[in-house]
Amino acid sequence: MRTLKFLLQKEFRQIFRDPSILRLIFIMPVIQLIMLPFAADYEIKNIKLVVIDHDHSSYSRSLVTKITSSGYFILTDYTGSFNQAFEKIEQDKADLILEIPASFEKDLVKESESKIFMAVNAINGVKAGLGSSYLRSIIQEYNKEVRTEWIQFPRFNPETNIEVVYSNWFNSSMNYKVFMVPGILVLLLTMVGANLTAINIVKEKEIGTIEQINVTPVRKFHFILGKLIPFWVLGLLIFSIGLGIARLFYGIIPAGNILTIYLFAAVYLFAVLGLGLLISTYADNQQQAMLISFFLMMIFILLGGLYTSIDSMPGWAQAITKANPVSYFIEVIRMVVLKGSSLADIKYQLLTILGFAIVLNGWAVVNYHKRS
Amino acid sequence: MSAVIINNIIKRYGSKKAVITALQGISFDVKQGELFGIIGPDGAGKTSLFRILTTLLLADEGTATVDGFDVVKDYKSIRQRVGYMPGKFSLYQDLTVKENLDFFATIFNTTVEENYVLIKDIYSQIEPFKDRKAGKLSGGMKQKLALSCALIHRPSVLFLDEPTTGVDAVSRKEFWEMLTRLKEQGITILVSTPYMDEASLCDRVALIQSGKILSINTPQGIVDSFGKKLLAVKSNDMLHLLKDLKQCKEVEDAYPFGEYHHVVLKKDGEELLKSYLEQKGYLFKLKEAKPNIEDCFMALMKTS
Repeated sequence: MRTLKFLLQKEFRQIFRDPSILRLIFIMPVIQLIMLPFAADYEIKNIKLVVIDHDHSSYSRSLVTKITSSGYFILTDYTGSFNQAFEKIEQDKADLILEIPASFEKDLVKESESKIFMAVNAINGVKAGLGSSYLRSIIQEYNKEVRTEWIQFPRFNPETNIEVVYSNWFNSSMNYKVFMVPGILVLLLTMVGANLTAINIVKEKEIGTIEQINVTPVRKFHFILGKLIPFWVLGLLIFSIGLGIARLFYGIIPAGNILTIYLFAAVYLFAVLGLGLLISTYADNQQQAMLISFFLMMIFILLGGLYTSIDSMPGWAQAITKANPVSYFIEVIRMVVLKGSSLADIKYQLLTILGFAIVLNGWAVVNYHKRS
Repeated sequence: MSAVIINNIIKRYGSKKAVITALQGISFDVKQGELFGIIGPDGAGKTSLFRILTTLLLADEGTATVDGFDVVKDYKSIRQRVGYMPGKFSLYQDLTVKENLDFFATIFNTTVEENYVLIKDIYSQIEPFKDRKAGKLSGGMKQKLALSCALIHRPSVLFLDEPTTGVDAVSRKEFWEMLTRLKEQGITILVSTPYMDEASLCDRVALIQSGKILSINTPQGIVDSFGKKLLAVKSNDMLHLLKDLKQCKEVEDAYPFGEYHHVVLKKDGEELLKSYLEQKGYLFKLKEAKPNIEDCFMALMKTS
């Protein structure tokens, strides 16, 4: 016990003497949590639109006004020929072309039917898909307005209409930040936890201090605990800072019990630190450790369910997410923060992460040799 | 009783295609309280041997005991009672002198005060800088700190891997004086060095080359066993002299040695050599030289 105390004292001293680590630990969460949620926006805004108006009627103008006033589109050009408009797409100055035919108003009023043409630049798939669907819904809305203006409905509508009314549960205003911020916080914790431990031990290998430790009677178990505990404490500290930022900047107050989140975070951190330890037992220098953890982080992030829904991934990718600790924590933190899930609801995830923690740490302890 | 017994240790590195045998069956004993030098050039296997004896490395074959404990089975006991100072400075550079010393004292379950007597001589020299970070010390001071840390738990056997490499001449001399004093405290010391001149300061030395032991003896014994006549020759044209000396059939070996060339003769061919050199037209100065460890090492390298 006394040995452990001194090992911890030494680790904390070293951490607090390294200004770059301290900076990393405190500035990283602040920057990531304040900047990223604004940038990682699912909504597509500022879609560049080119309108080709052959009609120049009041109807076509009001349609264009309606589109531009939606806030999603920027009218970059208003031309008379398709070729000119297509040039804009080629120059990447336009994402969408809307062509209004010459007889737009006439057809609409007389034939109660008119056609317009939409061309989409599909280089950015998300932007193309979302942009065209926004535009379509605006045109539909417009269509409805025109119909109410011109067509007298019979007392009983001959067509059967189903009107859909939405109600968003747990995030009523569909504020994406409410589910992005907790997710980013999870990533942050994972990165700090795994990278710091991996690099810390590899650094001892590189400098050769581990050699001096290895000839001492220090027990493997103590040495590894001495490495884990400081970063565990730091991880929880960063997590708390993150939760504070979420509350201050985004007004995110967990619907569930904050202790449930902390309990999960505590167990989760042990799993992540175990991963870092494991990396460090295999890597010989800091570059190797960085590359391995970078590689794993990419997989963890992209298959973690933060940016893309796990349910929409192909089967094999879903299978991989089962082995991804990040996906469990993202799921849990969203459940607890948004839905107010209790400990009983997350017990499956909690036990899985506990399993991860035991396997990863156990593997690391077995693989760390005091002699070669 | 011997403090260290090494029995036919073999260590190979690499796998399958490129196997390097770093230690090719080394055996020797070190007596209790002895200052034992392992002298050899870089790559001779000194560090590998030390790492095996300090339980950091497993030998492929052979056995070894340190203080009566087997290096494989009783590694835990060995770690309690040996001090190891690796060739590369491996203390925490971001901790201060005092913190390093305290840290190593506590992980050996002791305190600095308890064994202060042992390190007093050495530590008192760096004590004025005890709040300086270890990374900011000069080379000689780092060496002293590393030795203090290796001694803090009063080890019975001390392993020093090239402690004087990269240290200035004054510090080297001081360091060897410290070792002599430590020896008086009854600590067995194994020290490796590539410097032949340090060999004469040891009680016994093992000359090691390419993982093989060339000779084990007292420094005097090694010198006495030289057994051949050694001459020192100086001339106006040293470069050609060496070439010509090597071609002379009376000469077994010739190599530069300071301002002279050392010449090992096959038999008593001093007169023949003189006339050979006169014939070549050299203005030379020839005198008999007393062999030292380096001469012995060169001779042993030649024969093995």
